[in-house]
Formats: sequence, structure tokens, C-alpha cells
Amino acid sequence: MKRFLVIFLMLALGFYLIQALHFVPFGANRMGAPADKKTVAAFYLNETVPQTAVANVVTAIVVNYRGFDTLGEVTVLFLATTGLASILYKRRDEEETERVSKPSSTILQTGAKVLFPLVVILGVYVFVHGHLTPGGGFQGGAIIATGFLLMLIAYQKYHLSHSMLTWVESLAGILFVSIGLWGLITGGTFLENSWFPKGTLNSLISGGAIPIIYIAVGFKVAAELTGVLDILLSTKDDKSASNIQQ
Amino acid sequence: MCSFDYQTIMSISIYGSSVVLMLLGLYAVLVKKNLIKIVIGLSIVDSGLHLLFVAVGYLHNGTAPIFSPEAVDKVNQMVDPVPQALVLTAIVIGFATTAVALSLVIRLYKHHKTARIDQIKSLKW
Amino acid sequence: MFYAGIFSFLALLLIASAWYAIRQKDLLYGVIATGVVSLILSVMFLLLQAPDVALTEAAIGIALTTIAFVITIRNTERYENDKVESGFQNKTKEE
Repeated sequence: MKRFLVIFLMLALGFYLIQALHFVPFGANRMGAPADKKTVAAFYLNETVPQTAVANVVTAIVVNYRGFDTLGEVTVLFLATTGLASILYKRRDEEETERVSKPSSTILQTGAKVLFPLVVILGVYVFVHGHLTPGGGFQGGAIIATGFLLMLIAYQKYHLSHSMLTWVESLAGILFVSIGLWGLITGGTFLENSWFPKGTLNSLISGGAIPIIYIAVGFKVAAELTGVLDILLSTKDDKSASNIQQ
Repeated sequence: MCSFDYQTIMSISIYGSSVVLMLLGLYAVLVKKNLIKIVIGLSIVDSGLHLLFVAVGYLHNGTAPIFSPEAVDKVNQMVDPVPQALVLTAIVIGFATTAVALSLVIRLYKHHKTARIDQIKSLKW
Repeated sequence: MFYAGIFSFLALLLIASAWYAIRQKDLLYGVIATGVVSLILSVMFLLLQAPDVALTEAAIGIALTTIAFVITIRNTERYENDKVESGFQNKTKEE
């Protein structure tokens, strides 16, 4: 009975969604000619290169035009890590539980050892070049967290120092906020980056403070996501052995 | 069938798949009893919404909004960058909320020894 | 024409794997199917000219979310128990 109600609700909702999307033609030009600057997107497309000298418009929007939003988002990530740690708390005097119940195979251990530096280098490349190519702090941080995840799965004894993660995260956050505040002092708005030399378009040193902020975001996101995975992986699994046999 | 041109097929497949994903996720959230299934449903709703956002910003024969040396003068062909920036942040936030929800599932399972919401009677743990 | 074919194929695959993820009783299979949904979505973002979003989805949606689900399944139970699946009447009878 309940299932039929839900299916009816879904059909009604789907009908209205399709009807609404009927008036949004796929692939049509909705932002007008960029030179007119009638819409937000046209403004961004037209003004990004003169104002910030950043090749990747998405990076310019995320870091500069909507930088305050990004700061809030990084704060949400930090709060999620803190909330996760407090939900899955573990008393300090409890015995040190092994993260994985069985030791992993030699192939996985050797492969992880070979792949880990390459994955970290790829992540660093992605967030250092965030203003030139697709990518940036969030993507690079997630890739670095994937590399740490490989090590955490492969080696039982691989321990991450949580004070190190906290230091990296805090320093990156302080760097982000202080660049923003310096822009507020010198330029009048938060994250104003006209005080920094812009450089030429499509070279590595370009875009003013945007690459620096994105590198800080990369370190912060990498530390936070690694912290999330480490907390999740180090929860006790006393039930798992009996449940798998079910 | 020849009245369908290719753009119609593309629009039906993209919009249709995003709407169907959202509805499937909603179905899982409303009907399923297992908590992990509910979180899977929430993440599928998330995916459909991201696809819808990016699809609304698409432009036929557009290029990515990156002023690489080959595309410096292609301002008129670039797709809308604003939904991409929004979705970029929404994916990361989605992972954070999923992780918090999963940690709540683990905690509830440790306390009640079950992952079915209809067997969890008390609200206090 | 080429794109239309690819998009319709990917859309069918997307819906099929989402359906499988929701219907499957073994939660581990369901979680892997969710990862497949993310993978197809990442390809679709790339074809929709959003490489930044595709990269984010590839790193976070495929790797990190799937691993978080797998860890949760390891800590809870693997199979969706549908003894009282059809809902209200059955459940009251059982009590």
C-alpha cells in the first residue's frame, strides 16, 4: 500500500519535473552573447581574463568571485570531520584495535608502495595547475586522500599522526583567511587580489593570489578527507566476523 | 521516428536520466527499510541533481570554459561556468554529508544491533 | 549524431545501474553499483564539457564514497534482511 502511494508520488513529481524542464531547452544559449554582459555567466566569461588573468573560468569563480562560499564549504568539511570524530569516538584506554583483521597480500603492499608517491604527485600537479587546466584544490586534495587510503588499506601498521593533519589543516585555513583579510585591508573587499602581480595568461605564475589560495585549499581538503577516512577505518569491527558468515 | 532529431534524443536522454535518477533515489529513501540503502538512495538523488545542473548549463557545440592557448578567442562557444562551479562544491559537500550519515549508521548499529529503521524503537541512544 | 548515440547508451546504463543498486539485496553489490553510477556520471560530465566536475566526481564519487560505504558495511551487516519487507500488516502480525 505504502509502496503504491510512493510510486504515485514519484509519478506526480516526475510529471511536474518533466513539465518544468520542457521549458528549458537542452543546449540552447541562455546567457546571451558574452559581450553584452547581460547575465552572470556572460560577465564571468568576459571579465575573468582581464580582471584575474586566470585561464580556467571555473577556478576563478570558485576561488575569487565566490571565494567566500568556498571558505564556508571548507568550514563545512572541517565540521564534518569533527562531527565524525565525535560520533565514532573511541576511548583512549581501549586496546589498540587492528585496522584490518587479515594482513593484506604482498601484491597489494608492493603495489601500494609503488603507486603512493605517483598518486601524491598527480594530486599536487592537479592543484598546482588548477588555474590553467581542469582541476584544482578540491580534486587534488581528493586524489591525495585516495593515495593515503591505499596506504591505510595495504598496511595495518601505517599510522597517520592526527596532530600533523590538524596542523596542516589549520595552517592552510589560516593562509586562506589571511589572504582574504589582506585583500579586505588593501582593496576594500574580502579576497580582493589586485594587490598581487597578475602575471601573463596561461603561464604557471599567473592569476595573482588565486593559485596560492587553491594550493592552501588543496592541502586543507587533503588533510580533511584523509582524516575522515582514517576515522572511518579505525572504528572497531567486533561484529564483522560473525556477520559475514550469515 | 524521423521526426526526432539528434538534439531531441540528447535532451531526452540527459534530462530523462537525471529525473529518473532523482526519482529512483527518492523511492529508495521512502520505501527501503535498511539504513545503508537509504544512504545509497540519498547519494543517488545527489548524483541526479548534479547531472541536471550541469546539463542546464550545456551549450550545443560548446567548449569547456577554459581559456587555453587554443581557445582564447572562443568566448562565444563556451558553456555556462556557473553551474559547474556550484556542482564542484556540491560534490565535496555531498561526500562530507554521506560520511556523517554513514557514521551515524555505524553508531546506531552498535547500539541497537540492527540496521532496519522499523526495528529501532527508541529515539534515545 | 555520434554524441546522441553515446548519450542515450550512457543514460540507459546509468538508469540500469541505479536500479540494480537499489534492488540488490546484497548491499556490497549495491554499493559497487553506486560506484558504477558515479563512473558513468563522470564520463557524462566530461562529454558535457565540464572537465572540472568530471575530475571531482572521479576522485570523490568513485573512490572515496564507495570506500566509505564499504567500511560501513564491514562494521554493520552485509545483507538487506527483507523478512518484513512488505510492510505494515506483516510486521504487526509478527509482533
